[in-house]
Amino acid sequence: MKTLLAGLAVLAPLSTPALAETFRWAASGDVITYDPNAQVDSFTQSVQHMVFDPLVRRNKELKLEPALATSWEIVEPTRWRFKLRQGVKFHEGQPFNADDVVATIQRQIDPGARNRENLSAVTGVEKVDDYTVDLILRGPYPLLLNDLAAIYIMSKPWMVEHDALKPGNTATGVVTYANNHANGTGPFKLKSYEPDSRSVFEVNKEWWDTPQHNLTEVEFRPIASDATRVAALLSGEVDMIAPVPLQDVDRIAATEGLKVVQDPSLRTIMLALNFKKELHAAPGVPNPMLNVKVRQALWHAIDLNTIQKRLMRGKSRVAGMLVAPAVTGHDDAIDVPLEYDVDKAKALLAEAGYPDGFKTGLACSNDRYIADEQICLAISSMWAKIGVQVDLSVESKTTYFPRMDNGELDVYMLGWASLPAMDGYSVLQALLATNDGTYGGSNPNGLSDPRIDALTRSASVELDETKRVDMLKEAFRITHDEALFIPLHQQPVAWAMSNKVDIPQFPDEYVRPWFAQVKK
Amino acid sequence: MLRLFSMRLLQAILVMIAVTAIAFIMFRFVGDPVSAMVREGATQAEKDALRLALGLDKPLLVQFLDFVGKVLTGDFGTSFRYQQPVASLLMSRLPATLELVVVATVMALAIGIPLGVLCALKPNSFLSRLTQATTLVGVSMPTFVTGLLLILVFAVNLRWLPSSGRGDLVDLGLWQTGFLTVSGLKSLILPSITLALFQLTLIMRLVRSEMIDVLSSDYIRFAFARGLPRAYIYGRLALRNALMPVVTVTGLQIGQLVAFAIVTETVFQWPGMGLLFTNAVGYPDVPVLAAYLLFVGFLFVMINMIVDILYTLIDPRLRTR
Repeated sequence: MKTLLAGLAVLAPLSTPALAETFRWAASGDVITYDPNAQVDSFTQSVQHMVFDPLVRRNKELKLEPALATSWEIVEPTRWRFKLRQGVKFHEGQPFNADDVVATIQRQIDPGARNRENLSAVTGVEKVDDYTVDLILRGPYPLLLNDLAAIYIMSKPWMVEHDALKPGNTATGVVTYANNHANGTGPFKLKSYEPDSRSVFEVNKEWWDTPQHNLTEVEFRPIASDATRVAALLSGEVDMIAPVPLQDVDRIAATEGLKVVQDPSLRTIMLALNFKKELHAAPGVPNPMLNVKVRQALWHAIDLNTIQKRLMRGKSRVAGMLVAPAVTGHDDAIDVPLEYDVDKAKALLAEAGYPDGFKTGLACSNDRYIADEQICLAISSMWAKIGVQVDLSVESKTTYFPRMDNGELDVYMLGWASLPAMDGYSVLQALLATNDGTYGGSNPNGLSDPRIDALTRSASVELDETKRVDMLKEAFRITHDEALFIPLHQQPVAWAMSNKVDIPQFPDEYVRPWFAQVKK
Repeated sequence: MLRLFSMRLLQAILVMIAVTAIAFIMFRFVGDPVSAMVREGATQAEKDALRLALGLDKPLLVQFLDFVGKVLTGDFGTSFRYQQPVASLLMSRLPATLELVVVATVMALAIGIPLGVLCALKPNSFLSRLTQATTLVGVSMPTFVTGLLLILVFAVNLRWLPSSGRGDLVDLGLWQTGFLTVSGLKSLILPSITLALFQLTLIMRLVRSEMIDVLSSDYIRFAFARGLPRAYIYGRLALRNALMPVVTVTGLQIGQLVAFAIVTETVFQWPGMGLLFTNAVGYPDVPVLAAYLLFVGFLFVMINMIVDILYTLIDPRLRTR
């Protein structure tokens, strides 16, 4: 024991060199796995990005830029050719070349990959030469680069060595070496991973890109309890926490040596409506919401500015459409909510034949979105003013989302970030298109508009970007005119950190320590 | 004797089956893991395929029998969230919880017994009254409040101890311990106090009342009459007898501590089985939930069975039935 302690004492100065800049941060959840193909969770993906590089990545403005691919061209509508970066090395020393890309893409589109749908347009991959690969597509597909930004390149020799050429998959119980080890080409190397405790990363000195950070080490700690996470920041155990519980924002901002950074994120919070023949809350009676005037009345009756000021403490961004400004397909002309006007709402209801209102369900989670429960309570009392009686139900996300998926709800709250593609097509494809098994995966309540369906299908194959964006905007204009959804706001993402830390915040909520500066 | 033992075993098996069944019925209400496991924008086909792969399309009874069948072969399935076999996941979290429970128990005994003796010997002194009052407050406060108060004082204000985590660990092969590093030991202090508080109060009160009982008995009065030294009477004669029920209660309490370390582990982000369970509830990670409930059920059944059998061995009257 004595020798052990003596040994530690000798080693201690070596393990913390004088110039070490460690960035320690804590989040509420943990990385689920370090296997890029075994996850579908955007937080896990964001942390994995520290270790892995994709072929194309997002820059500081969240625009796509070359990463492991230096250039690309569309040889045929179904064949894209990528030129790869030369001289790149994996963390364990393997040189990067076309074989790695081929093996990674094959692993990604393997039927056993949990997130194979993140690259669903790709059917095959071919090596042209050591630094050129072709991706073969199912058909013309405009969002290939967006999709590739979330596909992390792994080393083929490493996967062969550790028997991990096939992806891990929780659903089928396949676990590989890649689950808790990671060998990428990214800015940081994964040094250790203890689930629910911490992950430690050291800087990759041989990174192909010029570092914009001054770090030597990053320590990530999951701390699930809000109060404990705040305590860890206040006590100086971590340099940054993300997210900050909204009720602690003011207190932390007032603490010397700490600052809070918060901006609206990409996540748009909205109310989805029931388009079936009857409402669950009023069986046997025709569904009033099938009338556009009723839907507009419901929208007019919500005081969005009060929700923004009171419940969101001025930190959210009031929205009139379903995607945030940074998402392709956003249009200022459409992003205008129907103004708060109780009289107009009442008049519309009367015109629609409901002068005394009607009865509907309103459902919310209480642990998924910021102030979700309070927002629903506020809306139910706002709707009471126009005679709409609300049958309110609030529950935990674990039971709420399954009920939503089963179409058991009338009006319900929903948040959509359009990640990882950051494109309006995500909303069209999942929320607005008619549910037919392929499209409308999150549209369980009978919403069906043939114009939107047609626009969604043509946008999915249109390679001319201007034309494609116009299609997205047209679909969002119809959504707005018909009041198919009631958008509320983009909720804020709030981080708190020590004054010594300088790190940009992004609306996609990714923490990107490769842009971090830590002062001594 | 053999008949008695087999009866107890049969009972234990029945209890375990009941625990498993109840656990399974509960999962119907915990929610559907599919919505937590699919990506944003998943198609209906993707969701259906996942449901099929997880076997969630089968009737509940079939799922239940499948699970029991696998458990009997030692296979608890794969965690939906952690992507690891559940059995090895539980085993990897066991050291953290056991170390916490052991330290909490030692702490509760080391502080609870002397305090109990003190309160019995000097029931009217200021110190005894203060002890009784404080422990009553301590035990009636919810665990997470105690934990957060300790964090506020010792981590945030004084900065003496870490607010969360387990510190640096030494890997001994099958067992990762925090006992061998300074940060590991420091990390243990606040969560074990939080966890020990209830048990400490219980032990203190038990020792106090037992001590008072014993001190009023004849043999103690005779001992005084014989002029034996006070330390000998209190320490050897009185305390030893007073401790008998304490041993039983402490043993039974260990099961409680393992099961109810959940709150403490969540507050302190202590990576043990309790934290594993809380995270599994939120996900919802059904294989982990089921295995954890089975484990805790098994623990209680075993402890109770052993206690029952020991009682029968000690007291022949219980055997005549």
